[in-house]
Amino acid sequence: MTSLTTSTPEVHMNPGRMAGVRIESLGKRYGDPETGTLAMADVNVHVRSGEFIAIVGASGCGKSTLLRIVAGFEKATSGSVSVGDKPVAGPGADRGVVFQDYGLFPWLTVRENVMYGPRQKRIKRKDAGATADRFIEAVGLTRFASHYPGQLSGGMQQRVAIARVLAIDPSVLLMDEPFGALDALTRSELQTELRRIHLETKTTVLFVTHSIEEAVYLADRVVVMTGGASHGVPGHIQKIVTVDLPDRDVTSPEFNALKREISDLVHADHA
Amino acid sequence: MAVDTNALPVPALAPAPPAAKRRKRRRWSASTLVLAFPVPILALIFWHMGVTNAWTLPFGIRMAFLPYPYDVAQSLVDFAFGGIRNDAFSGELWVNLGASAGRVLTGFAVAAIIAIPIGILMGRYGVISKLLDPSVNLLRPIPATAWLPLVALIIGIGDQKTIFLISLSAFFPILLGSISGAKQVPPRLIEAAQMLGTRPAEILFKIVLPAAAPALINGLRVGLGLSWVILVLGESSGTSVGLGATITLARDIVRTDLIVVGMICIGLAGFISDRLLLLIFRLAFRGRPLFE
Repeated sequence: MTSLTTSTPEVHMNPGRMAGVRIESLGKRYGDPETGTLAMADVNVHVRSGEFIAIVGASGCGKSTLLRIVAGFEKATSGSVSVGDKPVAGPGADRGVVFQDYGLFPWLTVRENVMYGPRQKRIKRKDAGATADRFIEAVGLTRFASHYPGQLSGGMQQRVAIARVLAIDPSVLLMDEPFGALDALTRSELQTELRRIHLETKTTVLFVTHSIEEAVYLADRVVVMTGGASHGVPGHIQKIVTVDLPDRDVTSPEFNALKREISDLVHADHA
Repeated sequence: MAVDTNALPVPALAPAPPAAKRRKRRRWSASTLVLAFPVPILALIFWHMGVTNAWTLPFGIRMAFLPYPYDVAQSLVDFAFGGIRNDAFSGELWVNLGASAGRVLTGFAVAAIIAIPIGILMGRYGVISKLLDPSVNLLRPIPATAWLPLVALIIGIGDQKTIFLISLSAFFPILLGSISGAKQVPPRLIEAAQMLGTRPAEILFKIVLPAAAPALINGLRVGLGLSWVILVLGESSGTSVGLGATITLARDIVRTDLIVVGMICIGLAGFISDRLLLLIFRLAFRGRPLFE
């Protein structure tokens, strides 16, 4: 795949729909509401509109649970989440989700997958098609518009998944380890591309990842989570680190100092 | 034997595969065709010799009572086109086939229309499953042969009895296919549809139905095959026109050649209807990766 960063057109989105996310003293208990395992407790994050937030932490710290609660797939047992001024009550098209395993509809072509969201909003077929074509072009897959997901590589499928959520013009983009299943080269390619898309669209992004480097490269702020059921303490926020680097050169000393700081925080409770 | 591979029908719907793949597929077809012949030819020779020499096989099979393969072939041609035996069965195939196909189609369609929605709902909603599953498992093991006497009494003889038995028998495989199809839908696809703004009722049509298609189509195929089996049972009494009725009549007048002709016709009808069902789906899906 050729580099897409220079030749692709800009992605224009409606800035009126942008919104921040308020996560207030959020907790999640599995099983019995009184005695069940407390997986996550007292999570507070105020995400500003247009901000890119990365959430890092070891397995089981509750970072994916947090994202799934914001998406509306799971219910919190305490606290609240609101997007813009609206409390989250269930899944909705104001929050576009990109899954690690893509979640594309295998019986629809690339174009039909991207058209699906706009069509659900009762947008005319012709206009939905034009929207789809625009975002398919933005992720560099125009030549594959009539292919089925099963005919594409993992990286290409994830591009389709990104185009699919951009097409519904969400207030917030929720990404759950979206590049976790991809090879290193494809992964860095898509990171570059996501950064470009974010700088152009200024959509609010919540991005869960295992990779500290990925978090520092992409995010305005990195939420570091620790704990989890296996540590005997519920998952919680250890610290929120602001990434104050003008350019994201992964080889620079500043970048690596920040990486080390976050890495120490992630492993703080193992010491 | 030379097989002209170019003359083989090429499925017009499949997208043209790369040349190498196509060549491989063709060679495969040619060898399939060549290898398909020896077994039936040997079986025919065995059959003919068995009748000539009046062999007795295990299970007390007395081959002397069988018709010659050649007689069966003649009766088959006569049954289809007439002009050989000129008896009550000459050229009667199409009337009988039409009547039988009508019963199979009606019974199968009724079963599918009832079983698919119920199966999808049972696969998706635990409450509906718990509500219906015990009853389904209680009724399912009762074979159509056991239903027949009761059905003959409460419905009477004629078309309706046969159609009811076919619907009843085809219902369960279609139901089970729909249930397992709906259960196997990856939760991820439901989540994806939800976050793209799909309303709960629409998820059944837009996500569950297409994702369940492979298992559902398998259920339909099993159900259609079973429909032809039950047809013979249903037509064995109180029906004068139909392939099953022909077999029953042939038995009553001891025409073994016609019994075999009826068996062949039902076998072919079942085979062709299965191919037609697949063709309909292939046409409807226009190359979408929904099954196979």
